[in-house]
Amino acid sequence: MSQALFTYTLRLADDILILSQRLGEWCGHGPILEEDIALTNRALDHLGEARNLLTYAGQVEGKGRTEDDLAYLRMERQYTSVKLVEQPNGDYAHTMVRSFLFDAYHLPLMQALTKSKDEQLAAIAGKSVKEATYHLRASSEWIIRFGDGTEESHQRAQAALDNLWTFTGELFENDLVLEEMTKAGIAPDMTAVKAAWSKTIDEVLAEATLKRPEDGFMATGGRKGLHSEHMGFILAEMQHVTRAYPGVSW
Amino acid sequence: MTDVKNLEDIFQAKIDAEQKIEPKDWMPDAYRKNLIRQISQHAHSEVVGMLPEGNWISRAPSLKRKAILLAKVQDEAGHGLYLYSAVETMGTSREQTIDDLLSGKAKYSSIFNYPTLTWADIGAVGWLVDGAAIMNQVMLCRTSYGPYARAMVRICKEESFHQRQGYEIMAVLAKGSPEQKEMAQDALNRWWWPSLMMFGPTDANSPHSAQSMKWKIKRQSNDELRQTFIDRTVQQAEVIGLTIPDPDLKWNEETKHYDWGTIDWTEFNNVVAGNGPCNKERLAARNKAHNEGAWVREAAVAYAAKKAKRKAA
Repeated sequence: MSQALFTYTLRLADDILILSQRLGEWCGHGPILEEDIALTNRALDHLGEARNLLTYAGQVEGKGRTEDDLAYLRMERQYTSVKLVEQPNGDYAHTMVRSFLFDAYHLPLMQALTKSKDEQLAAIAGKSVKEATYHLRASSEWIIRFGDGTEESHQRAQAALDNLWTFTGELFENDLVLEEMTKAGIAPDMTAVKAAWSKTIDEVLAEATLKRPEDGFMATGGRKGLHSEHMGFILAEMQHVTRAYPGVSW
Repeated sequence: MTDVKNLEDIFQAKIDAEQKIEPKDWMPDAYRKNLIRQISQHAHSEVVGMLPEGNWISRAPSLKRKAILLAKVQDEAGHGLYLYSAVETMGTSREQTIDDLLSGKAKYSSIFNYPTLTWADIGAVGWLVDGAAIMNQVMLCRTSYGPYARAMVRICKEESFHQRQGYEIMAVLAKGSPEQKEMAQDALNRWWWPSLMMFGPTDANSPHSAQSMKWKIKRQSNDELRQTFIDRTVQQAEVIGLTIPDPDLKWNEETKHYDWGTIDWTEFNNVVAGNGPCNKERLAARNKAHNEGAWVREAAVAYAAKKAKRKAA
Protein backbone atom coordinates (compact mmCIF):
# COMPACT_ATOMS: atom_id res chain seq x y z
CA MET A 1 0.00 0.00 0.00
CA SER A 2 2.66 2.54 0.95
CA GLN A 3 4.68 1.60 -2.16
CA ALA A 4 1.65 2.27 -4.36
CA LEU A 5 0.87 5.51 -2.50
CA PHE A 6 4.49 6.60 -2.95
CA THR A 7 4.36 5.89 -6.69
CA TYR A 8 0.97 7.52 -7.10
CA THR A 9 2.01 10.69 -5.24
CA LEU A 10 5.25 10.83 -7.19
CA ARG A 11 3.36 10.67 -10.50
CA LEU A 12 1.18 13.60 -9.48
CA ALA A 13 4.31 15.52 -8.44
CA ASP A 14 6.39 14.71 -11.51
CA ASP A 15 3.72 15.86 -13.97
CA ILE A 16 3.44 19.23 -12.39
CA LEU A 17 7.16 19.69 -11.71
CA ILE A 18 8.18 19.03 -15.30
CA LEU A 19 5.41 21.27 -16.64
CA SER A 20 6.60 24.01 -14.30
CA GLN A 21 10.16 23.56 -15.53
CA ARG A 22 9.00 23.94 -19.13
CA LEU A 23 6.86 27.00 -18.40
CA GLY A 24 9.74 28.63 -16.54
CA GLU A 25 11.69 28.67 -19.81
CA TRP A 26 9.31 31.38 -21.05
CA CYS A 27 10.23 33.82 -18.30
CA GLY A 28 11.43 37.04 -19.94
CA HIS A 29 10.47 35.82 -23.42
CA GLY A 30 6.67 36.01 -23.42
CA PRO A 31 4.66 37.58 -26.26
CA ILE A 32 3.50 40.48 -24.06
CA LEU A 33 4.43 41.54 -20.55
CA GLU A 34 1.10 40.50 -19.01
CA GLU A 35 1.57 36.99 -20.42
CA ASP A 36 5.11 36.85 -19.12
CA ILE A 37 3.69 37.46 -15.65
CA ALA A 38 0.85 34.98 -16.16
CA LEU A 39 3.18 32.20 -17.35
CA THR A 40 5.63 32.73 -14.53
CA ASN A 41 2.76 32.71 -12.11
CA ARG A 42 1.52 29.45 -13.56
CA ALA A 43 5.03 27.95 -13.28
CA LEU A 44 5.16 29.10 -9.67
CA ASP A 45 1.77 27.59 -8.78
CA HIS A 46 2.76 24.28 -10.34
CA LEU A 47 6.08 24.32 -8.53
CA GLY A 48 4.34 24.97 -5.21
CA GLU A 49 2.05 21.99 -5.73
CA ALA A 50 4.98 19.81 -6.84
CA ARG A 51 6.93 20.70 -3.71
CA ASN A 52 4.02 19.72 -1.43
CA LEU A 53 3.58 16.45 -3.28
CA LEU A 54 7.29 15.60 -3.34
CA THR A 55 7.65 16.30 0.35
CA TYR A 56 4.70 14.06 1.04
CA ALA A 57 6.04 11.33 -1.27
CA GLY A 58 9.29 11.40 0.70
CA GLN A 59 7.37 10.97 3.97
CA VAL A 60 5.32 8.09 2.57
CA GLU A 61 8.47 6.37 1.36
CA GLY A 62 10.02 6.72 4.80
CA LYS A 63 13.67 6.76 3.69
CA GLY A 64 14.31 10.38 4.60
CA ARG A 65 14.31 11.71 1.05
CA THR A 66 13.44 15.42 0.80
CA GLU A 67 11.69 17.31 -2.01
CA ASP A 68 15.12 18.22 -3.38
CA ASP A 69 16.45 14.65 -3.20
CA LEU A 70 13.48 13.51 -5.23
CA ALA A 71 13.63 16.38 -7.74
CA TYR A 72 17.38 16.63 -8.24
CA LEU A 73 18.75 13.14 -7.65
CA ARG A 74 16.53 10.95 -9.77
CA MET A 75 17.43 10.16 -13.38
CA GLU A 76 15.03 10.10 -16.30
CA ARG A 77 14.19 6.40 -15.89
CA GLN A 78 12.96 7.13 -12.37
CA TYR A 79 10.77 10.04 -13.41
CA THR A 80 7.12 9.06 -13.79
CA SER A 81 5.62 12.10 -15.53
CA VAL A 82 3.47 11.82 -18.66
CA LYS A 83 5.13 12.65 -21.97
CA LEU A 84 2.75 15.57 -22.59
CA VAL A 85 4.42 17.83 -20.03
CA GLU A 86 7.98 17.30 -21.29
CA GLN A 87 7.12 18.35 -24.86
CA PRO A 88 9.06 21.46 -25.94
CA ASN A 89 7.38 24.86 -25.60
CA GLY A 90 7.29 25.42 -29.37
CA ASP A 91 5.33 28.53 -30.31
CA TYR A 92 2.85 30.11 -27.93
CA ALA A 93 0.04 28.00 -29.38
CA HIS A 94 1.91 24.80 -28.49
CA THR A 95 2.59 26.06 -24.98
CA MET A 96 -1.04 27.07 -24.43
CA VAL A 97 -2.54 23.94 -25.98
CA ARG A 98 -0.22 21.78 -23.87
CA SER A 99 -1.36 23.63 -20.74
CA PHE A 100 -5.01 23.56 -21.81
CA LEU A 101 -4.96 19.78 -22.36
CA PHE A 102 -3.31 19.38 -18.97
CA ASP A 103 -5.44 21.96 -17.09
CA ALA A 104 -8.67 20.36 -18.34
CA TYR A 105 -7.45 17.12 -16.67
CA HIS A 106 -5.79 18.70 -13.64
CA LEU A 107 -8.84 20.62 -12.38
CA PRO A 108 -11.34 17.71 -12.20
CA LEU A 109 -8.56 15.49 -10.84
CA MET A 110 -7.79 17.92 -8.02
CA GLN A 111 -11.50 18.47 -7.34
CA ALA A 112 -12.02 14.72 -7.00
CA LEU A 113 -8.86 14.29 -4.92
CA THR A 114 -10.21 16.68 -2.28
CA LYS A 115 -12.45 13.73 -1.33
CA SER A 116 -9.53 11.28 -1.18
CA LYS A 117 -9.32 9.02 1.85
CA ASP A 118 -5.70 10.11 2.12
CA GLU A 119 -5.99 13.27 4.19
CA GLN A 120 -2.69 14.74 3.07
CA LEU A 121 -3.46 14.35 -0.65
CA ALA A 122 -6.94 15.74 -0.04
CA ALA A 123 -5.43 18.79 1.68
CA ILE A 124 -2.88 19.39 -1.09
CA ALA A 125 -5.63 19.06 -3.70
CA GLY A 126 -7.83 21.47 -1.76
CA LYS A 127 -5.14 24.09 -2.04
CA SER A 128 -4.60 23.39 -5.75
CA VAL A 129 -8.23 23.57 -6.84
CA LYS A 130 -8.36 27.35 -6.66
CA GLU A 131 -5.22 27.73 -8.78
CA ALA A 132 -6.23 24.98 -11.19
CA THR A 133 -9.55 26.75 -11.76
CA TYR A 134 -7.96 29.95 -13.00
CA HIS A 135 -5.29 28.07 -14.94
CA LEU A 136 -8.01 26.33 -16.93
CA ARG A 137 -9.95 29.55 -17.38
CA ALA A 138 -6.86 31.34 -18.69
CA SER A 139 -5.73 28.58 -21.05
CA SER A 140 -9.29 28.08 -22.35
CA GLU A 141 -9.53 31.78 -23.11
CA TRP A 142 -6.34 31.66 -25.12
CA ILE A 143 -7.50 28.61 -27.08
CA ILE A 144 -10.69 30.49 -27.96
CA ARG A 145 -8.78 33.65 -28.90
CA PHE A 146 -6.42 31.66 -31.09
CA GLY A 147 -9.12 29.55 -32.72
CA ASP A 148 -11.45 32.47 -33.33
CA GLY A 149 -8.76 35.15 -33.76
CA THR A 150 -6.80 35.43 -37.02
CA GLU A 151 -6.29 32.83 -39.69
CA GLU A 152 -2.69 32.41 -38.59
CA SER A 153 -3.58 31.92 -34.93
CA HIS A 154 -6.29 29.42 -35.89
CA GLN A 155 -3.85 27.38 -37.96
CA ARG A 156 -1.20 27.45 -35.25
CA ALA A 157 -3.66 26.33 -32.58
CA GLN A 158 -5.02 23.53 -34.75
CA ALA A 159 -1.47 22.36 -35.57
CA ALA A 160 -0.58 22.32 -31.88
CA LEU A 161 -3.71 20.33 -31.05
CA ASP A 162 -2.99 17.84 -33.82
CA ASN A 163 0.61 17.45 -32.65
CA LEU A 164 -0.10 17.09 -28.97
CA TRP A 165 -3.26 15.00 -29.08
CA THR A 166 -1.30 11.74 -29.13
CA PHE A 167 -0.04 12.56 -25.63
CA THR A 168 -3.47 12.82 -24.02
CA GLY A 169 -4.15 9.09 -23.73
CA GLU A 170 -1.47 8.70 -21.10
CA LEU A 171 -3.29 11.02 -18.70
CA PHE A 172 -5.95 8.36 -18.21
CA GLU A 173 -3.95 5.14 -18.40
CA ASN A 174 -4.84 2.50 -15.87
CA ASP A 175 -2.39 0.12 -14.20
CA LEU A 176 -1.99 -1.86 -10.96
CA VAL A 177 -0.86 1.17 -8.95
CA LEU A 178 -3.89 3.19 -9.94
CA GLU A 179 -6.22 0.24 -9.41
CA GLU A 180 -4.91 -0.25 -5.89
CA MET A 181 -5.22 3.45 -5.12
CA THR A 182 -8.73 3.65 -6.53
CA LYS A 183 -9.81 0.59 -4.59
CA ALA A 184 -8.46 2.16 -1.40
CA GLY A 185 -10.46 5.32 -2.07
CA ILE A 186 -7.26 7.37 -2.41
CA ALA A 187 -7.29 7.96 -6.18
CA PRO A 188 -10.61 9.09 -7.67
CA ASP A 189 -12.64 7.31 -10.32
CA MET A 190 -10.71 8.25 -13.45
CA THR A 191 -13.63 7.57 -15.80
CA ALA A 192 -15.42 10.53 -14.21
CA VAL A 193 -12.28 12.69 -14.51
CA LYS A 194 -11.96 11.70 -18.15
CA ALA A 195 -15.60 12.55 -18.83
CA ALA A 196 -15.12 16.00 -17.30
CA TRP A 197 -11.92 16.49 -19.33
CA SER A 198 -13.62 15.46 -22.54
CA LYS A 199 -16.58 17.77 -21.93
CA THR A 200 -14.30 20.77 -21.34
CA ILE A 201 -12.31 19.96 -24.47
CA ASP A 202 -15.47 19.74 -26.59
CA GLU A 203 -16.96 22.96 -25.22
CA VAL A 204 -13.84 25.04 -25.56
CA LEU A 205 -12.89 23.72 -28.99
CA ALA A 206 -16.42 24.34 -30.25
CA GLU A 207 -16.29 27.97 -29.14
CA ALA A 208 -12.79 28.26 -30.60
CA THR A 209 -14.00 26.79 -33.92
CA LEU A 210 -11.19 24.23 -33.68
CA LYS A 211 -11.49 20.57 -34.57
CA ARG A 212 -11.04 17.90 -31.96
CA PRO A 213 -8.48 15.43 -33.38
CA GLU A 214 -9.46 11.79 -33.79
CA ASP A 215 -8.19 9.44 -31.11
CA GLY A 216 -5.47 7.63 -33.04
CA PHE A 217 -2.26 6.14 -31.72
CA MET A 218 -1.62 7.25 -28.16
CA ALA A 219 1.90 7.67 -26.81
CA THR A 220 2.76 5.77 -23.65
CA GLY A 221 5.66 4.97 -21.35
CA GLY A 222 6.07 8.01 -19.11
CA ARG A 223 4.61 6.36 -16.03
CA LYS A 224 7.22 3.61 -16.39
CA GLY A 225 10.05 6.09 -16.86
CA LEU A 226 10.20 5.61 -20.62
CA HIS A 227 10.34 9.20 -21.83
CA SER A 228 11.07 11.08 -25.01
CA GLU A 229 14.64 12.24 -25.67
CA HIS A 230 13.69 15.69 -24.34
CA MET A 231 13.59 14.44 -20.77
CA GLY A 232 17.32 13.86 -20.36
CA PHE A 233 18.05 17.44 -21.34
CA ILE A 234 15.38 18.86 -19.05
CA LEU A 235 16.89 17.00 -16.10
CA ALA A 236 20.49 17.73 -17.09
CA GLU A 237 19.74 21.43 -17.03
CA MET A 238 17.65 21.31 -13.89
CA GLN A 239 20.02 19.14 -11.88
CA HIS A 240 23.55 20.04 -12.94
CA VAL A 241 24.48 22.56 -10.24
CA THR A 242 22.96 20.49 -7.47
CA ARG A 243 24.75 17.37 -8.66
CA ALA A 244 28.07 19.15 -9.14
CA TYR A 245 28.22 20.05 -5.44
CA PRO A 246 26.78 17.03 -3.62
CA GLY A 247 25.65 17.28 -0.03
CA VAL A 248 25.78 21.05 0.42
CA SER A 249 23.04 23.53 1.35
CA TRP A 250 21.81 26.30 -0.92
CA MET B 1 3.94 85.11 -23.19
CA THR B 2 3.80 86.19 -19.58
CA ASP B 3 1.40 83.29 -19.26
CA VAL B 4 4.08 80.66 -19.69
CA LYS B 5 6.33 82.47 -17.25
CA ASN B 6 3.47 82.52 -14.78
CA LEU B 7 2.75 78.86 -15.30
CA GLU B 8 6.39 78.03 -14.72
CA ASP B 9 6.37 80.01 -11.51
CA ILE B 10 3.25 78.25 -10.28
CA PHE B 11 4.78 74.89 -11.25
CA GLN B 12 8.02 75.58 -9.40
CA ALA B 13 6.15 76.97 -6.38
CA LYS B 14 4.18 73.73 -6.18
CA ILE B 15 7.38 71.70 -6.26
CA ASP B 16 9.01 73.91 -3.66
CA ALA B 17 5.96 73.39 -1.46
CA GLU B 18 6.40 69.60 -1.82
CA GLN B 19 3.15 69.18 -3.74
CA LYS B 20 3.04 66.41 -6.35
CA ILE B 21 2.69 67.20 -10.03
CA GLU B 22 -0.20 65.19 -11.50
CA PRO B 23 -0.77 64.16 -15.15
CA LYS B 24 -3.29 66.91 -15.92
CA ASP B 25 -1.22 69.69 -14.35
CA TRP B 26 0.68 72.06 -16.55
CA MET B 27 4.40 71.20 -16.71
CA PRO B 28 7.37 72.52 -18.70
CA ASP B 29 8.14 70.49 -21.81
CA ALA B 30 11.63 69.79 -20.55
CA TYR B 31 10.23 68.35 -17.29
CA ARG B 32 7.91 66.08 -19.26
CA LYS B 33 10.67 64.99 -21.63
CA ASN B 34 13.12 64.36 -18.83
CA LEU B 35 10.60 62.21 -16.95
CA ILE B 36 9.51 60.25 -20.00
CA ARG B 37 13.16 59.42 -20.63
CA GLN B 38 13.87 58.50 -17.03
CA ILE B 39 10.73 56.46 -16.33
CA SER B 40 10.91 54.59 -19.63
CA GLN B 41 14.58 53.76 -19.03
CA HIS B 42 13.58 52.51 -15.64
CA ALA B 43 10.76 50.39 -17.14
CA HIS B 44 13.11 48.93 -19.75
CA SER B 45 15.64 48.10 -17.03
CA GLU B 46 13.03 46.08 -15.15
CA VAL B 47 12.13 44.14 -18.29
CA VAL B 48 15.65 43.59 -19.63
CA GLY B 49 16.71 42.76 -16.07
CA MET B 50 14.45 39.69 -16.24
CA LEU B 51 16.87 38.12 -18.73
CA PRO B 52 20.04 37.65 -16.66
CA GLU B 53 17.99 36.37 -13.73
CA GLY B 54 15.58 34.30 -15.81
CA ASN B 55 18.75 32.66 -17.11
CA TRP B 56 18.96 30.70 -13.83
CA ILE B 57 15.34 29.69 -13.22
CA SER B 58 15.78 26.32 -14.92
CA ARG B 59 18.99 25.65 -12.97
CA ALA B 60 18.29 26.96 -9.46
CA PRO B 61 19.93 24.41 -7.14
CA SER B 62 16.92 23.79 -4.88
CA LEU B 63 13.17 23.94 -5.41
CA LYS B 64 12.84 26.63 -2.74
CA ARG B 65 15.40 28.81 -4.53
CA LYS B 66 13.65 28.17 -7.83
CA ALA B 67 10.34 29.32 -6.35
CA ILE B 68 11.88 32.47 -4.88
CA LEU B 69 13.61 33.31 -8.15
CA LEU B 70 10.43 32.78 -10.17
CA ALA B 71 8.54 35.08 -7.80
CA LYS B 72 11.28 37.68 -7.99
CA VAL B 73 11.49 37.78 -11.78
CA GLN B 74 7.70 37.94 -11.91
CA ASP B 75 7.87 41.00 -9.64
CA GLU B 76 10.28 42.67 -12.06
CA ALA B 77 7.81 42.19 -14.91
CA GLY B 78 5.14 43.75 -12.70
CA HIS B 79 7.41 46.74 -12.04
CA GLY B 80 7.87 47.12 -15.77
CA LEU B 81 4.08 47.25 -16.15
CA TYR B 82 3.53 49.96 -13.51
CA LEU B 83 6.31 52.03 -14.99
CA TYR B 84 5.07 51.74 -18.59
CA SER B 85 1.71 52.87 -17.21
CA ALA B 86 3.40 55.82 -15.49
CA VAL B 87 4.94 56.79 -18.86
CA GLU B 88 1.49 56.59 -20.46
CA THR B 89 0.22 59.21 -18.01
CA MET B 90 2.63 61.57 -19.73
CA GLY B 91 1.10 60.93 -23.12
CA THR B 92 3.48 58.36 -24.63
CA SER B 93 1.96 55.00 -25.51
CA ARG B 94 3.45 51.75 -24.26
CA GLU B 95 3.94 50.58 -27.86
CA GLN B 96 5.99 53.67 -28.68
CA THR B 97 8.06 53.32 -25.53
CA ILE B 98 8.76 49.64 -26.24
CA ASP B 99 9.57 50.34 -29.89
CA ASP B 100 12.25 52.77 -28.71
CA LEU B 101 13.81 50.00 -26.63
CA LEU B 102 13.69 47.48 -29.46
CA SER B 103 15.25 49.85 -31.99
CA GLY B 104 18.09 50.59 -29.59
CA LYS B 105 17.08 54.24 -29.29
CA ALA B 106 16.15 54.05 -25.60
CA LYS B 107 18.62 52.97 -22.93
CA TYR B 108 18.26 50.68 -19.94
CA SER B 109 20.51 50.14 -16.96
CA SER B 110 23.90 48.97 -18.24
CA ILE B 111 24.27 46.54 -15.38
CA PHE B 112 22.03 44.09 -17.23
CA ASN B 113 24.58 43.86 -20.00
CA TYR B 114 26.75 41.76 -17.70
CA PRO B 115 26.27 37.97 -17.76
CA THR B 116 25.10 35.79 -14.85
CA LEU B 117 27.73 33.06 -15.03
CA THR B 118 27.22 31.03 -11.86
CA TRP B 119 24.46 30.50 -9.31
CA ALA B 120 26.23 32.94 -6.97
CA ASP B 121 25.56 35.67 -9.52
CA ILE B 122 21.87 35.40 -8.65
CA GLY B 123 22.87 36.16 -5.07
CA ALA B 124 25.12 39.02 -6.14
CA VAL B 125 22.49 40.54 -8.42
CA GLY B 126 19.92 40.55 -5.62
CA TRP B 127 22.32 41.84 -3.00
CA LEU B 128 24.27 44.41 -5.00
CA VAL B 129 22.23 45.31 -8.07
CA ASP B 130 18.88 45.44 -6.29
CA GLY B 131 20.66 46.96 -3.30
CA ALA B 132 22.02 49.78 -5.46
CA ALA B 133 18.69 50.20 -7.23
CA ILE B 134 16.89 50.56 -3.89
CA MET B 135 19.04 53.55 -2.92
CA ASN B 136 17.79 55.32 -6.00
CA GLN B 137 14.24 54.06 -5.68
CA VAL B 138 13.76 55.03 -2.05
CA MET B 139 14.69 58.55 -3.11
CA LEU B 140 12.22 58.32 -6.00
CA CYS B 141 9.33 57.54 -3.64
CA ARG B 142 9.50 61.28 -2.93
CA THR B 143 9.99 62.38 -6.52
CA SER B 144 7.85 65.31 -7.66
CA TYR B 145 5.78 63.50 -10.30
CA GLY B 146 2.85 61.78 -8.53
CA PRO B 147 2.33 58.63 -10.62
CA TYR B 148 6.06 57.87 -10.61
CA ALA B 149 6.35 58.41 -6.85
CA ARG B 150 3.37 56.16 -6.16
CA ALA B 151 4.66 53.38 -8.44
CA MET B 152 7.97 53.54 -6.59
CA VAL B 153 6.39 53.04 -3.16
CA ARG B 154 5.09 49.67 -4.22
CA ILE B 155 8.23 48.76 -6.11
CA CYS B 156 10.43 49.55 -3.10
CA LYS B 157 8.59 47.08 -0.88
CA GLU B 158 9.28 44.28 -3.33
CA GLU B 159 12.84 45.35 -4.05
CA SER B 160 13.81 45.18 -0.42
CA PHE B 161 12.64 41.55 -0.38
CA HIS B 162 14.75 40.99 -3.50
CA GLN B 163 17.80 42.49 -1.88
CA ARG B 164 17.39 40.34 1.23
CA GLN B 165 16.96 37.11 -0.73
CA GLY B 166 20.12 37.92 -2.72
CA TYR B 167 22.08 38.60 0.44
CA GLU B 168 20.78 35.39 1.95
CA ILE B 169 21.95 33.38 -1.08
CA MET B 170 25.41 34.91 -0.62
CA ALA B 171 25.40 34.28 3.15
CA VAL B 172 24.55 30.60 2.67
CA LEU B 173 27.26 30.21 0.01
CA ALA B 174 29.84 32.08 2.09
CA LYS B 175 29.41 29.72 5.03
CA GLY B 176 29.09 26.64 2.80
CA SER B 177 31.82 24.48 1.27
CA PRO B 178 35.12 26.05 0.11
CA GLU B 179 33.88 25.80 -3.49
CA GLN B 180 30.67 27.61 -2.60
CA LYS B 181 32.54 30.36 -0.80
CA GLU B 182 34.84 30.76 -3.78
CA MET B 183 31.80 31.01 -6.06
CA ALA B 184 30.34 33.76 -3.85
CA GLN B 185 33.60 35.72 -3.71
CA ASP B 186 34.04 35.44 -7.47
CA ALA B 187 30.54 36.82 -8.03
CA LEU B 188 31.20 39.71 -5.65
CA ASN B 189 34.46 40.44 -7.48
CA ARG B 190 32.69 40.67 -10.83
CA TRP B 191 29.56 42.58 -9.72
CA TRP B 192 31.04 45.09 -7.28
CA TRP B 193 32.35 47.72 -9.68
CA PRO B 194 29.50 47.51 -12.19
CA SER B 195 27.10 47.99 -9.23
CA LEU B 196 28.89 51.21 -8.25
CA MET B 197 28.58 52.37 -11.86
CA MET B 198 24.80 52.04 -11.57
CA PHE B 199 24.66 55.38 -9.75
CA GLY B 200 25.81 57.11 -12.92
CA PRO B 201 28.62 59.59 -13.58
CA THR B 202 30.21 61.59 -10.77
CA ASP B 203 28.37 64.76 -9.81
CA ALA B 204 31.03 66.81 -11.59
CA ASN B 205 30.26 64.97 -14.83
CA SER B 206 26.47 64.81 -14.54
CA PRO B 207 25.15 67.77 -16.51
CA HIS B 208 21.41 67.14 -16.07
CA SER B 209 21.57 66.66 -12.34
CA ALA B 210 21.19 70.28 -11.24
CA GLN B 211 17.93 70.75 -13.15
CA SER B 212 16.60 67.39 -11.94
CA MET B 213 17.37 68.39 -8.37
CA LYS B 214 15.62 71.75 -8.79
CA TRP B 215 12.53 69.97 -10.10
CA LYS B 216 12.88 67.42 -7.31
CA ILE B 217 12.86 64.56 -9.77
CA LYS B 218 16.11 63.62 -8.06
CA ARG B 219 16.64 64.53 -4.44
CA GLN B 220 20.13 63.21 -3.77
CA SER B 221 23.17 63.33 -6.01
CA ASN B 222 24.79 60.32 -7.69
CA ASP B 223 27.85 60.56 -5.46
CA GLU B 224 25.82 60.83 -2.25
CA LEU B 225 23.78 57.75 -3.10
CA ARG B 226 26.88 55.82 -4.15
CA GLN B 227 28.62 56.61 -0.86
CA THR B 228 25.60 55.51 1.20
CA PHE B 229 25.50 52.25 -0.73
CA ILE B 230 29.21 51.60 -0.17
CA ASP B 231 29.03 52.36 3.55
CA ARG B 232 26.14 49.97 4.00
CA THR B 233 27.37 47.17 1.75
CA VAL B 234 30.93 46.98 3.09
CA GLN B 235 29.54 46.15 6.50
CA GLN B 236 27.21 43.53 5.05
CA ALA B 237 30.16 41.87 3.30
CA GLU B 238 32.11 41.77 6.54
CA VAL B 239 29.24 40.04 8.36
CA ILE B 240 29.31 37.10 5.94
CA GLY B 241 33.10 37.01 5.56
CA LEU B 242 33.45 38.16 1.94
CA THR B 243 35.99 40.70 0.74
CA ILE B 244 35.12 43.80 -1.29
CA PRO B 245 37.50 43.83 -4.31
CA ASP B 246 38.92 47.30 -3.68
CA PRO B 247 42.43 47.58 -2.17
CA ASP B 248 41.85 51.28 -1.45
CA LEU B 249 38.80 50.69 0.68
CA LYS B 250 39.38 52.13 4.16
CA TRP B 251 37.21 53.56 6.94
CA ASN B 252 37.73 57.30 7.35
CA GLU B 253 37.28 58.28 10.98
CA GLU B 254 37.04 61.95 10.07
CA THR B 255 34.30 61.79 7.42
CA LYS B 256 32.63 58.74 9.02
CA HIS B 257 32.51 57.19 5.57
CA TYR B 258 34.59 54.65 3.68
CA ASP B 259 37.22 55.97 1.32
CA TRP B 260 37.37 53.86 -1.79
CA GLY B 261 39.19 53.43 -5.12
CA THR B 262 38.39 54.65 -8.61
CA ILE B 263 35.71 53.49 -11.02
CA ASP B 264 36.94 52.47 -14.45
CA TRP B 265 34.88 54.96 -16.45
CA THR B 266 36.27 53.64 -19.73
CA GLU B 267 34.52 50.36 -19.03
CA PHE B 268 31.34 52.23 -18.08
CA ASN B 269 31.35 54.27 -21.30
CA ASN B 270 32.03 51.17 -23.35
CA VAL B 271 29.06 49.29 -21.92
CA VAL B 272 26.79 52.32 -22.33
CA ALA B 273 27.97 52.62 -25.93
CA GLY B 274 26.80 49.07 -26.62
CA ASN B 275 30.02 47.12 -26.15
CA GLY B 276 29.26 45.34 -22.88
CA PRO B 277 29.46 41.56 -22.68
CA CYS B 278 25.73 41.03 -23.37
CA ASN B 279 24.32 44.18 -25.01
CA LYS B 280 23.64 42.44 -28.31
CA GLU B 281 22.16 39.34 -26.68
CA ARG B 282 19.80 41.34 -24.47
CA LEU B 283 18.40 43.43 -27.29
CA ALA B 284 18.21 40.40 -29.58
CA ALA B 285 16.25 38.48 -26.92
CA ARG B 286 13.76 41.34 -26.48
CA ASN B 287 13.32 41.69 -30.24
CA LYS B 288 12.87 37.95 -30.70
CA ALA B 289 10.18 37.80 -28.00
CA HIS B 290 8.44 40.81 -29.51
CA ASN B 291 8.55 39.54 -33.09
CA GLU B 292 7.55 35.98 -32.25
CA GLY B 293 4.73 37.32 -30.08
CA ALA B 294 3.28 39.52 -32.83
CA TRP B 295 0.78 36.94 -34.06
CA VAL B 296 -0.35 36.32 -30.46
CA ARG B 297 -1.09 40.00 -29.90
CA GLU B 298 -2.80 40.25 -33.29
CA ALA B 299 -5.00 37.25 -32.47
CA ALA B 300 -6.03 38.80 -29.15
CA VAL B 301 -6.95 42.08 -30.84
CA ALA B 302 -8.83 40.34 -33.68
CA TYR B 303 -10.80 38.20 -31.26
CA ALA B 304 -11.68 41.16 -29.04
CA ALA B 305 -12.94 43.05 -32.11
CA LYS B 306 -15.06 40.11 -33.26
CA LYS B 307 -16.52 39.72 -29.80
CA ALA B 308 -17.37 43.40 -29.54
CA LYS B 309 -19.01 43.31 -32.96
CA ARG B 310 -21.14 40.28 -32.03
CA LYS B 311 -22.19 41.96 -28.82
CA ALA B 312 -23.22 45.09 -30.70
CA ALA B 313 -25.18 43.09 -33.28
